[in-house]
Amino acid sequence: MDLEFSPAEKAFRDEVRSFLSDHLPRQIADKVDAGKELTKEETLQWQAILHARGWAAPNWPVDYGGPGWDAVQRHIFAEECALHSAPRLPAFGLNMLGPVLLKFGTEDQRRAILPRILDGTDWWCQGYSEPGAGSDLASLKTRAIRDGGDYVVNGQKTWTTLGQHANKIFCLVRTSTEGKPQEGISFLLVDLDTPGVEMRPIRLIDGGHEVNEVFFTDARVPVENLVGEENQGWTIAKYLLTHERTNIAGVGFSARDLARFRKLSGQLRRDGRSIADNPVYSARAAEIEAELEALRITNLRMLANARDGAAEGAQSSLLKLKGTQIRQALQELYRSALGPHAAPEPDDLSDNERVVPAESARAAPVYFNHRKLSIFGGSNEIQRNIVAKELFRE
Amino acid sequence: MDFNLTEDHQMLSDTLRRFLADNYDIETRGRAAYAAPYHAPEIWAGLAELGILGAFLTEDQGGFGGTAEDVRVIFEELGRGLCAEPVLGALMGLHLLSRAGRDDLAQAIIAGEGRIALAVYEPQVACDLKHIEARAQETADGWQLTGRKSAIYGAPGAQHLLIVAQTGQGQGLFLAAAPELIPAAMVDGGGVADLVMDDLPAECLSPDCADWIEAALDLGRVALCAEAVGAMDFLIDMTVDYLKQRKQFGRSIGSFQALQHRVVDMMVELEQCRSITISAAARFDGPDRGRQVSMAKNLIGRMGTRVAEEAIQLHGGIGMTWEYPGAHYAKRLIMIDHQLGDHNDHVLRLIASQPKAA
Ligand SMILES: Cc1cc2nc3c(=O)[nH]c(=O)nc-3n(C[C@H](O)[C@H](O)[C@H](O)COP(=O)(O)OP(=O)(O)OC[C@H]3O[C@@H](n4cnc5c(N)ncnc54)[C@H](O)[C@@H]3O)c2cc1C
Repeated sequence: MDLEFSPAEKAFRDEVRSFLSDHLPRQIADKVDAGKELTKEETLQWQAILHARGWAAPNWPVDYGGPGWDAVQRHIFAEECALHSAPRLPAFGLNMLGPVLLKFGTEDQRRAILPRILDGTDWWCQGYSEPGAGSDLASLKTRAIRDGGDYVVNGQKTWTTLGQHANKIFCLVRTSTEGKPQEGISFLLVDLDTPGVEMRPIRLIDGGHEVNEVFFTDARVPVENLVGEENQGWTIAKYLLTHERTNIAGVGFSARDLARFRKLSGQLRRDGRSIADNPVYSARAAEIEAELEALRITNLRMLANARDGAAEGAQSSLLKLKGTQIRQALQELYRSALGPHAAPEPDDLSDNERVVPAESARAAPVYFNHRKLSIFGGSNEIQRNIVAKELFRE
Repeated sequence: MDFNLTEDHQMLSDTLRRFLADNYDIETRGRAAYAAPYHAPEIWAGLAELGILGAFLTEDQGGFGGTAEDVRVIFEELGRGLCAEPVLGALMGLHLLSRAGRDDLAQAIIAGEGRIALAVYEPQVACDLKHIEARAQETADGWQLTGRKSAIYGAPGAQHLLIVAQTGQGQGLFLAAAPELIPAAMVDGGGVADLVMDDLPAECLSPDCADWIEAALDLGRVALCAEAVGAMDFLIDMTVDYLKQRKQFGRSIGSFQALQHRVVDMMVELEQCRSITISAAARFDGPDRGRQVSMAKNLIGRMGTRVAEEAIQLHGGIGMTWEYPGAHYAKRLIMIDHQLGDHNDHVLRLIASQPKAA
């Protein structure tokens, strides 16, 4: 048994660490720590820094501008980025569409689209879910009907994350109503400024604007924008999901959040002692730490399996379930440590008007926002269904 | 044994429920609760007119209620209607004014003429009065207060503020006219404020009255527990309705047993929360008040959070949206735990008051 990274992997980790310490702008990391929404410019600023180093697209091969890392390196990179409070790059182009085009796209599509993802020219968003098709994604209804050299698209997508920053959307659309629902779905790339495409904001529980609805009314999309074959969309969607689930355990985020809690608990006093000396908080934090330590190893065990070529199976479901539970538990602990001061405090207070450190002022809204973790990317109930299906197979 | 409401309480409950249903929909609340003055003055006037504030005092005190059971009945309906009006501050304030013999002011407040809020806790005090640091000093010009109060619920826009400060004799109670505040909206709606005092002139209602203050706070805790029960009850109903109506995989998601069981667990916790709140209210005037109240506040804090989180989860994406009323019920349920000591504070209070084993 060897729980350690190899010397080469450790050297890689050191390289990543020192790069992050030297190049991640402090003011951006502070915003990430405080749970504030980043502007598009701030996210792209960080993408440009990583791109200059060749690290913007961790799971792309060298030929297309990726670093050519293996699974362990990708894991180390993601974990270190989270620990340093680096912003997440727009995943829809880099982690989702990129790998899809590399596997299913034509060479022309790759050469036209990938460089623009890499340098931030295009911001993609994901048009899967519809009002009537959430967990049951295959029931989606947005129609694309062939008319000459175009598809004519009608329907509605929803929950489109950061669509307000995007100029492109990749969609699952229905191109056939015959056979099983899964068999009539295609994967289509759409320009958001196409006539007949309209985006409207959805306000989330915490008051923030992070998701949108997208309406399609007779929007004409050139057939060249189809990825893969017509009616092959479900296969592509399933392939994409495996990429959506890399770093699904979020161990780095949890490690950072635990460290944030410990820092806060040393700063706050409550009823005659610091939160750090309060046994109920310390006990809860210690329990979560034990779970996180276990998850860190579970994650590495599954990573080693993947590296050694074992079939993936239900492992990513397990990582998503436990990973989101731990992340949500840490959000709850942090919110609760602020007691009556989780108001949130207004942004415009001076330092001596503040009760809680500025980075903690948004703890309650951030906690509410994190309830999404167990809903999107395949809800935790759907993950349990996946594991159960495998366990109870006849 | 009789767990039914009295006829009067049933009437009070029905009247309040109807008033809120008719006048206070989620849009009205949304417009009022998140921007100054963080409440709806016409709803406040309506509540006063209905006698809701009068029900917090006994007939001797110039009201027509005054028991913890009155408080429970009223706050359960305020919770069901997700009412963000600053009733809690009025409840605790009225009790303290009456104790201090300030019936004139209490009467004005009952009539809806002016609002009052209670400033007890401080940046480093969440539940335990002994740790209060604000000081009161008697000078030739009267009493003056120095220190900081924080997260004063319902303070923005209140004309009167009751303030707790150390006097040297103990924890004293002071009355000040609308001082300058640092206001904010709560994440679940409603106003809250901080107060920085630097020789703030105030009237002394008592130089040493920790027992009054703790009793008013305990009554406030019963109110919060009842509010949570009302909100939970409504939110669970909403969840069941949604699960029946939402279709995925060609059937209503409420037909999935995995989800049915989750709702059943929520129901079980609701009934437990209802019971502990009934108990805390019914035994409020007995010797075990503090422990009863802390048990209730601990259980409600933990289970209100669980029920709210489950409700969001079972709704899927819809439960995460501002537009969906259930999201605001869930937020309120969770943030109730942050008021007047949370489940952690109350578990510590329970441990501290645990009778020693023989
Ligand atoms: C913040 C946020 C961002 C998102 N971003 C995107 C995006 O960018 N692009 C995109 O396409 N989508 C996005 N989504 C959508 C997300 O993928 C869906 O919300 C998710 O698939 C669940 O679908 P639903 O919301 O319709 O819930 P439903 O499917 O209606 O589910 C409701 C509840 O029923 C449960 N349930 C459903 N079926 C079963 C079953 N068979 N057995 C047991 N339980 C079941 C669910 O787990 C859930 O608890 C986002 C969602 C959120 C909240």
